[in-house]
Amino acid sequence: MERDILKAMLKDMLLARAFEERAAYEYTQGNISGFLHLYPGEEAVAVGVLHASEPGDYVVSTYREHVHALVRGVPPGKIMAELFGRKDGCSGGMGGSMHLFDQQRRFMGGYGIVGETYPVSTGIAYAIAMRNLPEAVICFFGDGAVNQGTFHESLNMAALWNLPVLFICENNRYQIGTEIHRHSKVTEVYKRACGYKIPAEQVNGMDVIEVYKATQSALLRIREGTGPQFLEIETYRFRGHSMADPGSYRPKVEVQAFKDEDPVTVMLQDSIPEYPDAEKISAVGRDNIEHLSNHMHRENLINPQEIQNMKEQVKEIVEQAVQYAAASPEPSMDDAWSALNCNRGQEVLI
Amino acid sequence: MTDEVLLWQALNKAMDIEMAADNSVFTMGEDVGLYGGSYRVTEGLYAKYGEWRVRDTPISEGGFTGLGVGAAMVGMRPVIEIMTINFALLALDAIINMATKIPFMSGGQFPMPLVIRVPGGVAKQLAAQHSQRLEHTLMNVPGLRIAVPSTPQDAWWQLRQAIQSNEPVIILEHELLYFSKGPLDTALEALPMHRAAVRRAGSALTLISYSRTAVLAQQAADKLAEDGIDIEVIDLRSLSPIDWQTCIDSVSKTHHLLIVEEDCGFAGAGAELAATLSERCFYELDAPVQRHTGLDLPTPYNGTLEAASIPTVSSIINAVKQIV
Ligand SMILES: Cc1ncc(C[n+]2csc(CCOP(=O)(O)OP(=O)(O)O)c2C)c(N)n1
Ligand SMILES: [Mg+2]
Repeated sequence: MERDILKAMLKDMLLARAFEERAAYEYTQGNISGFLHLYPGEEAVAVGVLHASEPGDYVVSTYREHVHALVRGVPPGKIMAELFGRKDGCSGGMGGSMHLFDQQRRFMGGYGIVGETYPVSTGIAYAIAMRNLPEAVICFFGDGAVNQGTFHESLNMAALWNLPVLFICENNRYQIGTEIHRHSKVTEVYKRACGYKIPAEQVNGMDVIEVYKATQSALLRIREGTGPQFLEIETYRFRGHSMADPGSYRPKVEVQAFKDEDPVTVMLQDSIPEYPDAEKISAVGRDNIEHLSNHMHRENLINPQEIQNMKEQVKEIVEQAVQYAAASPEPSMDDAWSALNCNRGQEVLI
Repeated sequence: MTDEVLLWQALNKAMDIEMAADNSVFTMGEDVGLYGGSYRVTEGLYAKYGEWRVRDTPISEGGFTGLGVGAAMVGMRPVIEIMTINFALLALDAIINMATKIPFMSGGQFPMPLVIRVPGGVAKQLAAQHSQRLEHTLMNVPGLRIAVPSTPQDAWWQLRQAIQSNEPVIILEHELLYFSKGPLDTALEALPMHRAAVRRAGSALTLISYSRTAVLAQQAADKLAEDGIDIEVIDLRSLSPIDWQTCIDSVSKTHHLLIVEEDCGFAGAGAELAATLSERCFYELDAPVQRHTGLDLPTPYNGTLEAASIPTVSSIINAVKQIV
């Protein structure tokens, strides 16, 4: 694989990690409120998938979408400002962390109700197909989201009408506190797509190169007219479900209830429910950033100094983003009414 | 017998006592079991009653609420927890087309002892998809009871009454009230489920509210009293049916009416109250009925705007002062 792509992906993964850790910090400082769902551990999914996509492709995501927006090219300052609820945020301060939108970059939203990304994606894909365009829609969702009715309804329609949707399941094995074996009979999520004759495969989400390649070939098939494709990307979130969730159920409760049934549980048995430090992460060998940088070392594609430089660069980018957010004014109530009435041409009816 | 407890603890106790008393009571919802419920209401029940009676579900609101309907048709007493009212929109088919229609369409053959518990309301910057109050949507459904407890005592009474009743009952629990403290006397005889409570007697004006804004209204009333304005505060406790007589008696005494609600004003609970009480108290009223409600706006994420979109203690005080 080309060195430049690998370097760009590594940089985005480092940026993603730094951005999210800073967001967590800003939350503890009271600059961010509400639900804040973070992405550490899952970077390889957004980075691999979106680096393999074209700028003309649409992205539809969930409430855990900061990194999807970042990698798509939404300026970090605009995202941080949205997290801060400021006027210069990418949704004008109206949406917050769970509702990032950027029309220009075809970032079609973060959705807070589980199961909404499928119909929105299917609709965009319907429009693409009707107009015979070479574009595709990338639809993100979690493992817990596949038990919502819209999943089945949308997969059927997408397959039936041969729509250009790439379904990306970010399987982090948890639906908040409910482990996948307790929410789904079929835990290999990709198998569900068979029921709709959608080609599907399972991908190791700890390896960004694998994610990139799988996405590239799936998108190629879509552009050749094969219809929807489905990737189940196995990943893991290091933090709790959101900042409001300490995630303590994973080691403690789960160990009790499931004994040694699940490998992830075993891995977590001895860990305390907080963000593991770099040493711990590499000890269990599951960190996707380490995975990529080790690979690049081995292949002589990067040297430690370059990585160090990258880390400093992303730190600076995040710092700038926070400054941009902090300097942005709050939106006014007039801004709120304008947002509501945008589709009314601002006509005042009463 | 009186303890000071948090509202979630009162609900938890009510669940426990009803589950112990009747094997046909079971509960189901996302993270109600191992995790103990998002707001701790089902804490400890999984360990005590096991997974058949405390069931963690997939994210399938339409499916598991409908499952509750089916189970209720054959004599079970399901307590379905929908994680928030916003997600209950995915279960409206089960609630509106099924739970409230089956008893009727079957000519009365199938009572529906179904309870649906749902947190909701504006909490803290959860943005437009997680801050809704959908009272109006539910009030417009004949055959559905709606309880809106604002104190631990009411939560305890109303959840138990709901579980024991053969009607479909939805309990709207305000997310910001779960951790509010109040007395709970488990031996006290319950008020009827729909009875409104006069929280504070007064003569200058009747303020009718429910859920969290009823709590704010009492705080506003205390402050107004310091200025010599003495208002009566009614906490409805139930939005369907509504205890009209308690409202009418109060308006007949004060001759002024202000309705306060957190939900959007347009076609909301306050609109129903204003219309009916204008009809029924026309000759008693010295001034037009007034409403002080949430703005007709999806809830903004920005904290300042969010706070400005719903009634507060000071905005309630202002609204009262406009009238008296
Ligand atoms: C319809 C609906 N039900 C419940 C929720 C509450 N909720 C938010 S995220 C979540 C778990 C989703 O798990 P998953 O799809 O695996 O995504 P993850 O958070 O793991 O990325 C739940 C239950 C919701 N937002 N929408
Ligand atoms: Mg998940």
